[in-house]
Amino acid sequence: MKALLVCEFREGKLLPTSYELMAFAEKLGADKVAFMVGTEAEAPRFAGKLYLAEVAVCGEYNPDLHKKLVLEAVAKENPDYVVFVHSSYGWDLAPRVALAMNAGQVTEIVGLADGKFEVSLCNGKLRRTVAPTAGPAVLSIQAGAFNVSGEPQGAPQVEKLSASGAPRVEFVGYEQAEKGDVDLSKAEIIVSAGRGVGKKENVEVIAKLAKAFGGELGASRPVVDAGWVEHSHQVGTTGQTVSPKLYVACGISGAIQHLAGMKKSGFIVAINKDKDAPIGEVADVLVVADVLQFAQVLTNKLG
Amino acid sequence: MKILVCIKQIPDMESRFKVNAAGDWYEEADLAYRMNEYDEYGVEQAVQLKEQLENAPEVTVLSIGPERVGEALKKALAMGCDRAVHVQDAEAFRKSPNQIAAIIAAYAKDQGYDMVFTGMQSQDRGSAQVGVLLAELLGFACATTVVDFAFADGAVTAKRELEGGIKGVVKFKLPAVVTCQLGLNAPRYPTLPNIMKAKKKEYVPVPVASLTSAGALTVTEKLYPPAKKGSGVVLEGDLGEMADKLIGILKQKTAVVR
Repeated sequence: MKALLVCEFREGKLLPTSYELMAFAEKLGADKVAFMVGTEAEAPRFAGKLYLAEVAVCGEYNPDLHKKLVLEAVAKENPDYVVFVHSSYGWDLAPRVALAMNAGQVTEIVGLADGKFEVSLCNGKLRRTVAPTAGPAVLSIQAGAFNVSGEPQGAPQVEKLSASGAPRVEFVGYEQAEKGDVDLSKAEIIVSAGRGVGKKENVEVIAKLAKAFGGELGASRPVVDAGWVEHSHQVGTTGQTVSPKLYVACGISGAIQHLAGMKKSGFIVAINKDKDAPIGEVADVLVVADVLQFAQVLTNKLG
Repeated sequence: MKILVCIKQIPDMESRFKVNAAGDWYEEADLAYRMNEYDEYGVEQAVQLKEQLENAPEVTVLSIGPERVGEALKKALAMGCDRAVHVQDAEAFRKSPNQIAAIIAAYAKDQGYDMVFTGMQSQDRGSAQVGVLLAELLGFACATTVVDFAFADGAVTAKRELEGGIKGVVKFKLPAVVTCQLGLNAPRYPTLPNIMKAKKKEYVPVPVASLTSAGALTVTEKLYPPAKKGSGVVLEGDLGEMADKLIGILKQKTAVVR
């Protein structure tokens, strides 16, 4: 069995999630062949073959061209699986490659169950196993689901690829996140507000609890999208990834994107009225209660 | 300009889900359904684009599924779409993303659409494939996970949301498919007069069998609740007692609460 691993490269650097592709291939028991549009200096460290297209020529984001390049590597290797990370790069490119190969795609794999691909649905409340009806297939893995063990080693054998053509989507540039008033990555305690707090005015209750703990205020995506809390406080895939010693999730159901941003915290407390909320899966302590009432009682006791 | 919005109706994610008798999907009875949140942003962006162009574009909203998806279509009409296409398919939940995309492409290919909006993924299934597949089938440009959209001089400038708060700015010409990320805009609530108006708008039922019979490239083998890790402590009951217990645990287990 052979897996072609589509590594990720952004702003001049190999993204570490690329090594999760390797961890997945190892778990699957597949031989690894890598693909990257990047630079030789940033080649992933592993003993195997790397198909490399120069980023200076092909661009960091150019799905039409990147698709062509992946297909070239597919034609040379005939892999059983073409594997992407389920990320802004992967979910954009994977379906294009799948359609061109007339292959099925299994999105955001979280695990392997008896050799079957396991994915999560309905906000983590259900799981399903999905099988491609015929090979080869395109797969994408959930970021953070397959852990890399040990320091990656080895130098790949590089084979250069090139392709050309006018892109239909022109990449203009990156826009960096606005610098906010907090740096959550340095906080020892984070108390986060989620949709369960109900309305903007109630965020103050959670902010007070954060203060009582001597910590910083965090927030989940819906709270930021609704304009209740500034983006600089957002924890999750598209906000900050944090690992404080204590994380208190208030009224946060625990969407995958949020869990990915905080599950490495030292100790996790979740306050939620729904005992079955997915946040319970990562919580060391789950307090089943009305979040506002409990936060106020706890704030007073910490006083 | 002709605009298409593709929407899905999904169960409320706060629901308690049960596995169906066949063991391959969730039990649909007893669930409350609503429009997929990501698609609401697509409807809003389509209507905003129509308004920007002095209401010249016609906006068609399309959904695939059983009778109940009519509710989501009617909401989209009340938000400002002009006509609804209901692809009738009681077995839509068994279809893989490649089949759903093939159905939409079969309907859309001769309609002369310039712009297609849809959510970047559905909240229930989360496959994040249909929009991109549709673009490729139609030969359209495609930008995914869009959080900012501007149309001027026949071209779109959009911002794609990347990881870690960074955005990627892209530019493309029509025809194009845009897949919408949460936060793209502020979806409007349908007003009562608009809900009344929506009832008079064109509603076109299309039997799915008339469009395509593309085969599935993936199948759901089994659906089940996740294994409970059960490692955590669950506190229930009196608020004050729970707070005392929690503080006790934190003093013992963390170095940051004393």
